[in-house]
This record gives sequence, structure tokens and C-alpha cells, in this order.
Amino acid sequence: MSYSVLPTEEIKQAKTLMRDAFCGALTAAAEKNPRVTYLDADLASAFGMTPFFKAFPDRAIDCGIQEADMVGVAAGLSLAGQIPFAHSFGCFTTRRAADQVMLSCLYGRANVRLIGSDPGITASHNGGTHMPFEDIGVLRSMPGITILDLTDPVLLADIVAQLSGDKYYGTYYMRFPRKSVSAVYAEGSTFEIGKGNLLREGGDVTLIACGIMVAEAILAAAILEAEGISARVVDMFTIKPVDRELIAESAQKTGCIVTAENHNEVGGLFAAVAETCAALSPVPIEAVGTGDRFGQVGSEGYLKQEYGLTAEEIAAKAKRAVERKG
Amino acid sequence: MQESAEEKEFRSLAGKIRVGVIEQLRAFGQGHIGGAMSIADTLAVLYGGVMFVDPKNPANPKRDRLVLSKGHAGPALYAALCERGFFPREWLGTLNQGGTHLPSHCDRTKTPGVDVTTGSLGQGASVAAGLALGAKLRGEDYTTYLIVGDGECNEGQVWEAVMFAAHHKLGNLVAFVDWNKQQLDGYTENVMANGSFEEKLRAFGWNAVTVNGHDTAAIFAAITAAKEDTNKPSAIILDTVKGKGAFFAEGVEFNHSMSVSGEQAERAIAEITEAAR
Repeated sequence: MSYSVLPTEEIKQAKTLMRDAFCGALTAAAEKNPRVTYLDADLASAFGMTPFFKAFPDRAIDCGIQEADMVGVAAGLSLAGQIPFAHSFGCFTTRRAADQVMLSCLYGRANVRLIGSDPGITASHNGGTHMPFEDIGVLRSMPGITILDLTDPVLLADIVAQLSGDKYYGTYYMRFPRKSVSAVYAEGSTFEIGKGNLLREGGDVTLIACGIMVAEAILAAAILEAEGISARVVDMFTIKPVDRELIAESAQKTGCIVTAENHNEVGGLFAAVAETCAALSPVPIEAVGTGDRFGQVGSEGYLKQEYGLTAEEIAAKAKRAVERKG
Repeated sequence: MQESAEEKEFRSLAGKIRVGVIEQLRAFGQGHIGGAMSIADTLAVLYGGVMFVDPKNPANPKRDRLVLSKGHAGPALYAALCERGFFPREWLGTLNQGGTHLPSHCDRTKTPGVDVTTGSLGQGASVAAGLALGAKLRGEDYTTYLIVGDGECNEGQVWEAVMFAAHHKLGNLVAFVDWNKQQLDGYTENVMANGSFEEKLRAFGWNAVTVNGHDTAAIFAAITAAKEDTNKPSAIILDTVKGKGAFFAEGVEFNHSMSVSGEQAERAIAEITEAAR
């Protein structure tokens, strides 16, 4: 694990789309390892995977609009020795195929990588039916699953490369948008699943974020700094198993926490952090998340404001958390 | 017609499987008698002469795979595996006890010889399709056998997998439908009518044939024919009787899961042993 963070003033949209980063990383992995196999449920072209289908026609399986079958087939492929990556929109990979993830994959000890694209508000104009605020929550109580909210193209490419080898066996769920996100990490950074990334030191409050909210947390730390509040920032891209050590250390060091996630805080990152703090180091925790609501159509900019998924909201919650320390 | 040595062997093994089922259910006091008894003859053919399995190395990569998607019939598979020497006979007395190797539904992490964990109906069909596709991708020549129940075919996932297998030309996949005409809530005709499995499966692009599911020679012949077509998945619809061989279950409407007393077990075992002689 060796990562470096881009300077706050340079935070802007990454040049590479997330789906292109995924296609590139999986293509490179498939060239090295003949076991790497890709499955989709009729969203492959929308997910930018056409180049992979051309490069590896045998190992690119379009299952049609059959998410439950796709997840089961992926489990079977893994029992035959392949390393399947199976994609649909986040709502369908998790909510629709929940029992297949639970039994065919996890309970049956299969070796499957699941991808849910367009998590939370990044589903944007596809609206409430396609907007998973619950995918992490649906999966988080399933024993043994690893849940990853991938931050930017650099982290995504490194994780996909790692999950394409023999180091990891089990069921892994990755959520990330198809489109462009803010770049957080410098090229060449490497990461460790299960370890949070400490992006910035601070003494008054810790901002623990995942996915698209990491960049917002970094911007929030800058807002807070201007107001004399020193914020520690953590990218908790592994939501399960969550980095309990880093959470406890942050709680002890800063005395309060704000979580920020593109997901319902019920069952999401807030829940994971709060559970950890309750057990190891109780401190005030404020949550930035979608709230216990359904999604809706709108631009990502509109939805960010509608659900309060902004740096300003994180900063406001941070001030409240600091006040609650007393 | 004279019975061949092989047919006699199948019949004998089927009897032993049925006895094994009764022993397990007697030890626990109850269990899924109906579907375990109806599939016994097919398991006898598979484990008595068709499938390559390796009791000394259950994970042998060359082995043929079986997915018992109607996972509640586990006791029938356990009896077959026990007869083939995958584990000691004493295990049959531990069905469903805490810490057992033999849980009510098949679990590949618990029982040597169980290839796939099943129990949530419909799911085994997709896993079997994945295994068959994986064998093709890897150039391995094992056959994947799938057993689904007729009631299980209520599940939409079965038909997703059926469509998938035909599309991907999984000629290394042979599926059995245990057409015993009963499900937990009664006769399938009343609960959720299945229509013609043969016609449905053919319409989905499969080979499909119906055989007497208690005629081991017919089952063997159907499997042999199925394996000849390497370009198309094949289904063998087993015309069976739910509870077959257990006098207290056969012909009873609600025989999906029943309690089994010592007296019932004793008489059933005697009758089954006599019939298999």
C-alpha cells in the first residue's frame, strides 16, 4: 500500500471515466490471467465493455436481462476455476440478486467479484428505480462479503488488478459510477483492501468518507481549515470489513467523527463507523448521507443539493460534531 | 427379459440409497422423505455407473459434477455418496444434528462429494450452467449433471438458466426434472401447474425426453443418448412417484416432509431390501 493524494486545489474531474478505467484494468488482467471472465446482464455496452468483448469473446458472457441467473452462473464459473466479474447496475446486482449473492456466492463459498455501477445519486436521470441508496445495506449483513466503494480511476484500477489474481478468494462487491468522478489519487498509487486511507491529518474532527464523497470531504476539510477547525480525512473505501483500528484511532485522536456517503446512512458507512465506535471508542458522530429516502430523477448537481451530499454539508455537520464534544 | 448385471447393480444401489434415506430420517425423526425417495433411482444410475467420482480425492478436477438443486433431497445424495465410500456409514445417523456433516440441504463445505451448495430453489440451475460453461472455457471434459424438482420449476431462475444453457450451447450439461407431481402444498397440478416439461424445454432449445424415473435401464439409456449431443443441453424428465418405496409416504398427498417412526422405518427397510433383492 503506497498512495499519494493530489493537492486539494487540484481536485477536479478525472480524465478517465470510471467505466473506461474498469475496462482497461480488466483487459490488462485478462491478458495476464486466462481465468479472468466477465459477465454482464445486458448492460455491457452501456458499461463501456465493448472493447473487452472484442478482445476476449469467449470470456465475455452476456447473460441477457437475468441478474439472478448471472450471479449464479458466476458462482458456478468460479467453482469451475474461473475468476468471474459480474456487472449490472448497483440496484440489480444487489437488491434483485440478493439471495443468489447470499447463497450461491457467499454460503456456497464461491469466488466472485460483483460490480454495481451508478451507485446512489450517480444513477441521475435513470431515477428512483435505478438509484441504489441501499446496496451496501442489502449486502452488509451477509457474512463474509467484502464491500468496496471505489473512489477514483486510480484506486479502481489497482483494486481490479488485485482482485484478478489468487490473493483474494471470496465474494467482493464493488460500487462505482460509470462516468467521471473527481480524481483523488496520484497515478501509481496502490491500496490495501480492508485498510482505510488517511488522506489528511487533523486534530479536531475526522471526516470518514467513501466513493464520490471522498473528494467532498477533502474540500470540506479546506472549508473547515479556513474557519480554524482542523479535520482529519479518511477514505474508507472498504466498508466491510471496515478498518476498525483506524476508526478507533481517529475517534481517540479527534474526539468526534463525520461520515459521508452516497448511500442511506441506515446500513451504510455511518452504521459501520457507529457500530465500531460504540464498541471501541464512543464519540459524537454526525452523518452525511441520502437519508432514509428513495432516489429520484435529476442531474447529479441537483441531486447533490437535494440530498445534501456536499462539502458544505460535511463542514456544517463537522461543526456540530465539534460542538457536541462539549 | 433377463436383467443384466449392470441393471441388477443399479437396482441394488437404488435400494441401498432408499434404505440410507430411511436410516437418516429415522435417526432424526423426520425429514424430506418424498423427493429423496423419488430421485433414488437416478442417483443410483449416476453414482453406480455414469459419473466419474473419486471418493479418495473428492475434489479431483476431472470428476463429473452433480448439482442437486432440489437441495432438500440431500439425504438421498448422502446415501449414494456413503455407498460410494465418501464417508463412514455412522455419519448417516447424524443428519441435521448440530455440527453434522450432513445438513438437511446440500452444503459443499460440509459433505465430501457434494459439489455445490443448494437449498434456495432454482439457484442450482444457474450454478450448474456456470460449471458447464467453465468446463467449456477451460477445455475440461467433465459433464455437469443437474437435478431440479418439478415444484422447483415454479422458480423463474430455473428458466433463466435454461435459456442461458441453450444460448451458450452447453452440450456438457444434462438436467433431470424429478417429475413426481407433488410439492409441499400438494399436487403440482393444483398448486402451480407445470404443463409439459418436454414441450417447454424443447421450445427453449433443449433436447428433452421423458422416461420412467424408476426404470434404471431407461435412465441409463437416456443419459447415454443425452451425452451424444455435445452442442445442446439435454433434459431428462423423470416420471416418478413421490415417496417411492416408503409405504407410509407413497401415495400420500402431503409427503414432502414427514416424521418417521422406528416401526415405519423397520417395515420400509424390510420392504425396500426385499424389492431390491
